[in-house]
Amino acid sequence: MNITEIFNNMSYGDAPEAADYVHKWLAKHKEGFKLYSGGKWIQTGAKIPSYNPATGEKLGDIAAASKEDVDRAVKDAAAAHKIWSALSDHARAKHLYRLTRLIQKTARFIAVLETLDNGKTIRETRDIDIPLAARHFSHHAGWAQIASSEFPDHHSIGVVGQIIPWNFPFLMLAWKIAPALAAGNTVVLKPAESTSLTAVFFAELCEEAGLPAGVVNIITGAGDTGSFIVNHKDIKKIAFTGSTAVGKNIRRATAGTGKKLTLELGGKSPFIVFDDADLDAAVEGLVDAIWFNQGQVCCAGSRLLVEESVEERLIEKIKARLKNFKIGSPLDKSMDMGAIIDQKQLRRIQDMVKAGQEEGAEIWQADCTLPEKGCFYPPTLVTGAGSDNILMREEIFGPVLTVMSFRSVSEAVLLANNTLYGLSASIYSENINRALECSNMVKAGIVWVNTTNQFDAACGFGGVKESGFGREGAKEGMYEYLTLKSGAAAKAVKSKSSKNSKNVIGIDRTAKNYVGGKQARPDGGNTVLVHAHDGRAVGRVGEGSRKDIRNAVEAAVKQTSWAAETAYNRAQILYYIAENLSVRADEFIRKLVDYTGVSETAAREEFDLSISRLFTYAAWADKFDGLVHTPPVKNVVLAVNEPVGVVGIICPDEMPLLSFVSLIAPVLAMGNRAVVVPSEAYPLFATDFYQILDTSDLPAGALNIITGSYDALGSTLASHDGVDALWCFTDQEKAAKIEELSADNLKRTFVKNTINWTLSSNASNSGQGTEYLRAATSVKNIWLPYGD
Amino acid sequence: MNKQVTGIPFNQAWIDEIRINLSAALRRVDTLKSRRTVKKTHQAAWLLKAVSMIDLTTLSGDDTQGRVRRLCLKAANPVRKDILQALGFEQKLTTGAVCVYHEMIAPAVKALEGTGIPVAAVSTGFPAGLSPFKLRLEEIKASVQEGASEIDIVISRRHVLTGNWALLYDELCAFKEACGDAHMKSILAVGQLGSMTKVAKASMTAMMAGSDFIKTSTGMEAVNATLPVSLIMIRMIREFYQRTGQKVGYKPAGGISQAKDALHYLIMIKEELGEGWLNPEYFRFGASSLLNDIERQLEHHVTGRYSASYRHPLA
Repeated sequence: MNITEIFNNMSYGDAPEAADYVHKWLAKHKEGFKLYSGGKWIQTGAKIPSYNPATGEKLGDIAAASKEDVDRAVKDAAAAHKIWSALSDHARAKHLYRLTRLIQKTARFIAVLETLDNGKTIRETRDIDIPLAARHFSHHAGWAQIASSEFPDHHSIGVVGQIIPWNFPFLMLAWKIAPALAAGNTVVLKPAESTSLTAVFFAELCEEAGLPAGVVNIITGAGDTGSFIVNHKDIKKIAFTGSTAVGKNIRRATAGTGKKLTLELGGKSPFIVFDDADLDAAVEGLVDAIWFNQGQVCCAGSRLLVEESVEERLIEKIKARLKNFKIGSPLDKSMDMGAIIDQKQLRRIQDMVKAGQEEGAEIWQADCTLPEKGCFYPPTLVTGAGSDNILMREEIFGPVLTVMSFRSVSEAVLLANNTLYGLSASIYSENINRALECSNMVKAGIVWVNTTNQFDAACGFGGVKESGFGREGAKEGMYEYLTLKSGAAAKAVKSKSSKNSKNVIGIDRTAKNYVGGKQARPDGGNTVLVHAHDGRAVGRVGEGSRKDIRNAVEAAVKQTSWAAETAYNRAQILYYIAENLSVRADEFIRKLVDYTGVSETAAREEFDLSISRLFTYAAWADKFDGLVHTPPVKNVVLAVNEPVGVVGIICPDEMPLLSFVSLIAPVLAMGNRAVVVPSEAYPLFATDFYQILDTSDLPAGALNIITGSYDALGSTLASHDGVDALWCFTDQEKAAKIEELSADNLKRTFVKNTINWTLSSNASNSGQGTEYLRAATSVKNIWLPYGD
Repeated sequence: MNKQVTGIPFNQAWIDEIRINLSAALRRVDTLKSRRTVKKTHQAAWLLKAVSMIDLTTLSGDDTQGRVRRLCLKAANPVRKDILQALGFEQKLTTGAVCVYHEMIAPAVKALEGTGIPVAAVSTGFPAGLSPFKLRLEEIKASVQEGASEIDIVISRRHVLTGNWALLYDELCAFKEACGDAHMKSILAVGQLGSMTKVAKASMTAMMAGSDFIKTSTGMEAVNATLPVSLIMIRMIREFYQRTGQKVGYKPAGGISQAKDALHYLIMIKEELGEGWLNPEYFRFGASSLLNDIERQLEHHVTGRYSASYRHPLA
């Protein structure tokens, strides 16, 4: 085309990014890429070819790590942990700072390599992925510097296993490695087998930076390599980003091992547009939401929920916008979309869209020119899909937007939450009241108001429900890589025989279950005999069954006022419970002595600690504040601590009153509802307790008590999809089973062997403290850009 | 110049439903710069197009006939002939118009005779627009009589600031009538309007009243043309076009002096409004020093050497 023709048609022309120097690097590794373990480069026998999805060109062969390779890497990491965790904060900060600078200095190289390997556009790798990765290292150099002063009660975990996906290979590497290293851990990281090249390059940077050998180990390979990492006994924490299905498998595999776990999984995130939104802003938001990285984004706004009155106009605008879309060579600087990761994913998208169409949805695709070769898919708009349509329910991981209309804020929220997932939500409205109300009500880990897909190291990222748990970035992300320092060694609770049991005949009492604020007979109608420590029968409690758990969970789910209660009110009610409990001090102390056989001094101590614990969490109720984060954009980001929801609690036999109180108090303080299975051996303290609840103004359904056997009740709780979290403080074997069963709906678990559970001390971190409050909350990051 | 815009009866509802989110607009502007780019021959062609869209302007108290004549000659030959030849450009190239004060219309018309370049005159008590209403109407008529075929009027900012959209509409309708066959370019003075929402509402009102162009600034306000304000205004143009079928032109003015900035503007127009606006009938730059920078870039494109400004004939 000559200049006069261009003058008259004003076309863009090509704008290719140079890639020759990256190809030189690839050529240098023609014999195959190696593993990076203990600061050494290890050749493997097995190899996996890596392709450029935009052209089909082979880029090289990556190493496929065997079990021996993983074992070696873990050993290297464990050895390095001794050195790394002993370094001063400042020394670790300097290392992370050096890595930051090296990433920045080689940013363009990494961006081009990533584009070749992944197929995403150079615009995104250059402007988003790599700068954000550098930002992550920089931000966490800061956390390393102040780690001891900011986290005085914590230390590093040890060797961390990290498994990352193919959609943001280098960025996910940064999200994983930076906080782990800042906290003093060492890592064994496995990139996705289709996109391992930038991770290998990062290993070269670690070498260049003089990072101590073994601190970062890059172990490439396929799924089996990942399972060697997940199942390695010396790995103390697993951080995984990927599909929900694999996430559940990892949950099952790690159940009961005491491994800390962070799962960033799938999503089907709502993108809500109200009639008072700037519709043009919403259209650009959608471009960033679902046509970013070809829609291969876990937090992609893939469900457009639009107020009916503006639906037609918005759809027109979206179609007009998509007509300008440019799809093609990811190395061209003017592309809106590049290539889908591989043929398999492309086929998956095609099949799902076809299935959705067969289920009655209308498909509209922009009339964009697609390259003849490579894995490309046009931006797609789906209308007329019912709420059961596959394209409305399932994560597509492609550039496909499904539209549905709503009539009101409450309906928008209802539709938004009508999903298994809970990663993110975008809300477009010019009314701050409406936007914040909606932010509060959507179940999601991240909410973006009038913006979307914003990420920063200073703000937490992560989901709820089947989108996983744990946070990455910010202070909340640091806690995921830290563990509590052990406090005073656990004093064994001695069961001293009491001198004699007073043989006084009282009036017979009928201990029932406590459901929805009412005493309820067990559904099966049976009771079980309860014995004291010395085998004497001391009473009967209901033998709870599946149905009782069902009823209790239903009561808890229906209880919606407790979470909405002010923190001040929750505090007052906890104080009131303490007050009413203290009135019955003599009775409880006598029963502790009588049932559990402890001395009167020990019983009094247990009772006093129980009162104190209630005070502690009443105190915390209005003080466990969220944070306001500071990303480098004009934005207020509110990190709000929200209750997890319905929490199942399985109490241990040890110190039955104190353990019961220690577990329910933090859960209630943060606005959760609880279904409690009290100590199987000593359930009578709990059944006595509900009378105290009755007089303490706790709303019906906030706390429900079902007595009976751990095995039956625990399993039912763990496999109940209406339970959002499960706290299991019985023995490890039971906890393991509970964690395994919890994988099905990915409920968060909180078990004894991951924390400091020393009941018999009033130390601030023994059997109480912020660790419990963190378990009782999940952080929602609400992004609020502003300006007028 | 485009077919005249007739406008529509005042419609308050269209004003009331306008919603502007500034942070989203800023993000769009920011990312658009990296979403599209033009390189090499395409870049040169786009820069030539930018030249054809410049309203070469002098609005100074010390303007003289000689100064205006020099400007007009530059408008007729905006890029050195040897550069055009080396580029292989085969069409006639002039700027979009020459823009002057009323007293300079006559010399400009004379100097531009035979070039086909229109003369635009700023009017209605430019830049403040606070002279008597009657005189402002007279000023328009006098300028049209003198030979100006485009009249750049200024709006009463107070009507915007107090939310009196109907009053603003009436004022602009009167101006439009006074323009007769001449095109009316309405200057909103966006730097004085307080918010983007006000800018959008003023844009919509000005179009309802029949403005052929909406223009950002007089060049005299503290803040003049910017990409974000342009995004807001051209989205209103798009909205008005979709609703009425009437195609209004856009003129950012003041503060655009770099070839690179000009490309950002053209890319934004192409992406948000479409190619139908990428010509001097529907898009103008109100600028004076921009031309020199474009010429230097074009020379670099031809020779591979970086040029100095004194090597290019002065406007």
